[in-house]
Amino acid sequence: MATAGLSAQRTGGLGAAWRNPRVRGIIYQIVVVGLLAALIAFLVNNTITNLAIRQIRTGYDFLAQQAGFNIGEHVIPFAPSDSYGRAIVVGFLNTLKVSILGIIIASAIGVLMGIARLSSNWLLAKVAMVYIEIVRNIPLLLQLFFWYAIISQLLPNPRDALVPVPGFALSKMGLQMPALIYDPGQTPLVIIFLISMIAAYFYYRWARRRQAATGREPKLLLPIIGLIVLPTLVAYLVLGAPLHFDVPTFTRFNYQGGTSITPEFLALLVGLSIYTGSFIAENVRSGILGVPWGQSEASSALGLRRGQQMRLVVLPQALRIIVPPTTSQYLNLTKNSSLAVAIGYPDLLSVTNTTLNQTGQAIECISIMMGIYLVISLAISLFMNWYNKRVALVER
Amino acid sequence: MRLKCLALAGAVAFVLGGTHLASAGPTLDAVKSRGAVKCGVNTGLAGFSLPDSQGKWTGIDADGCRVVAAAVLGDATKVQFVPLNAQQRFTALQSGEVDILYRNTTWTLTRDASQGLEFAGVNFYDGQGFLVPNSLGVKSALELDGATVCVQPGTTTELNLADYFRTHNMKLQTVVIEALDQLLQAFEQGRCQVYTTDKSGLAASLANDLSNPGDYTILPETISKEPLGPAVRRGDDEWFTIVKWSLYAQLEAEEAGITSKNVDEQKASSQSPTVQRLLGVQGDMGKQLGIDNAWAYNIVKQVGNYGEMYDRNVGPSTPLKLPRGQNALWNAGGLMYGIPVR
Repeated sequence: MATAGLSAQRTGGLGAAWRNPRVRGIIYQIVVVGLLAALIAFLVNNTITNLAIRQIRTGYDFLAQQAGFNIGEHVIPFAPSDSYGRAIVVGFLNTLKVSILGIIIASAIGVLMGIARLSSNWLLAKVAMVYIEIVRNIPLLLQLFFWYAIISQLLPNPRDALVPVPGFALSKMGLQMPALIYDPGQTPLVIIFLISMIAAYFYYRWARRRQAATGREPKLLLPIIGLIVLPTLVAYLVLGAPLHFDVPTFTRFNYQGGTSITPEFLALLVGLSIYTGSFIAENVRSGILGVPWGQSEASSALGLRRGQQMRLVVLPQALRIIVPPTTSQYLNLTKNSSLAVAIGYPDLLSVTNTTLNQTGQAIECISIMMGIYLVISLAISLFMNWYNKRVALVER
Repeated sequence: MRLKCLALAGAVAFVLGGTHLASAGPTLDAVKSRGAVKCGVNTGLAGFSLPDSQGKWTGIDADGCRVVAAAVLGDATKVQFVPLNAQQRFTALQSGEVDILYRNTTWTLTRDASQGLEFAGVNFYDGQGFLVPNSLGVKSALELDGATVCVQPGTTTELNLADYFRTHNMKLQTVVIEALDQLLQAFEQGRCQVYTTDKSGLAASLANDLSNPGDYTILPETISKEPLGPAVRRGDDEWFTIVKWSLYAQLEAEEAGITSKNVDEQKASSQSPTVQRLLGVQGDMGKQLGIDNAWAYNIVKQVGNYGEMYDRNVGPSTPLKLPRGQNALWNAGGLMYGIPVR
């Protein structure tokens, strides 16, 4: 040992390099990376060999083949003669649809319930507490079954559907609604509508600036509604009422035509929103409690009303605390939407699993599924991180 | 979800356990050293595979597993049943979790050619049908335009359904739920107006699952051919041959009039060369398969011939009340044709 060390020292070769912690660190890293690469190469090679031995089809060619199965609801048109690839896109869009709506509704529930739980009104605070403690502590899957059973149990058969407004029908098949039929005559209408929206936005900005400059509060609600509604209404009448609807009509078994909200979607949306809402409510409560009481007292001393205190002083500061854990809740909601498979909502997992089983290509289908969920989750994270930076305390 | 886990486990098994599988050698050796046949069956389908009140698996598929155990190990009880849902089944077989898949699985070209498995025969000829509530007032499947249909995902049933409605230019709405009890609950509550699966499955649900079976009717149309049979992993010809011939042995036994009751007497006194060969009195049929020469004797003695197995599980005297129909022997007007054991 000693002689080897000495000789290495004399020559200044490998032994000297080995005693340098930096060099040693690099060598360790190279070894670890090399081992990892070798392991991955071994696993991939092993998989390919075994698949070949069993003559199991591999590759992603199947995505272009005809799917052959039906999907109950779809954002973009889908028929059994479309490809597996399109089926997976349909599933992906269904997952996005329920996730985005769920996130919006869960946030609204969460904010309201979080504030309610801190309310000085005893009843309101207790109702919020009971909601949070019950919903948070029951497994989501059970809640989904519960909502699905309630919805399909309570609603009438399509023959005796509830028709609150002509054209709308509520039954076990879901809520059937009229759908807009596209007509080229609608294009100017859409353009005028967009222009009036922009005009309303600029009016709003002008009003805020004026208030900041003069301290006087200009009228907001009426002018904005007028700006949006009036031009569109005039254009609608001038253009000769170019809106046509595909109204659902009852055929032998069901209402056909129009568009619909299915019980599966509704149960999933309600279940996810209420479940996640309870967690967000706790985040909101912790955020509000994290803002020092002095802030409320100070704003009160300045003459702000209770609502204004919350909206203008407390919540903006509380957001710093609320946003990071709420990001996790949004991710959870998105991933929990895969429980849809249990109540028959054709989300990404459900459609990809069917594809997996019809084609037998497990590795490909699971890799697609994992890839898509990863992309959705990362997109939500990126957006929320950006938002978090915006609301974070700017230190000067 | 469980199925996601299993599919994932299957994929992982491929990735990690690959070498093990590749070098484990023939399934027969594994079964012998384990002392049991691992058999993938339906999680619960009356007449095919369903645990009874004592936890004993009953049904024509469960008995199919016992037939293989009797042939290979000489003891029909040496079966480990692995309940699988429709989506787990192929992955479980491919990854070596089960030795045979005996799970009312339809034999199709895609499955045979590209999914790493091989079908060893047909133990039940079935066809897809529709179950509707009487209150719907439907007499034929061709009247179902615009109806909402409940169906299990990942089955040939799901594909046939879409094909049938496309062929007849009818509008189809589906509710797709994987768990049978949840699906039937949706059907009973009226979320869908039609339930479709193989006709034997409809009979099983009428007998077992629906609370008011009198309120429902099976429509006369049979919209597909569903040859159900056992599948084994590709690439083990020895095991494939054993599973295939244990099925034929049962058919041959029925054709020769050998039953579990008279098999000892037949073995001792029958002068028929066919019977003697089958029961191992003459020749070395079992040895050629690499198993005990008394293989067919054990099958018939312990499980029975095909007719006995049919009558016990799905026949007219059971709750399913299925007539033999196309599952009768070829010489009785059916499709069951045992290949000669010689």
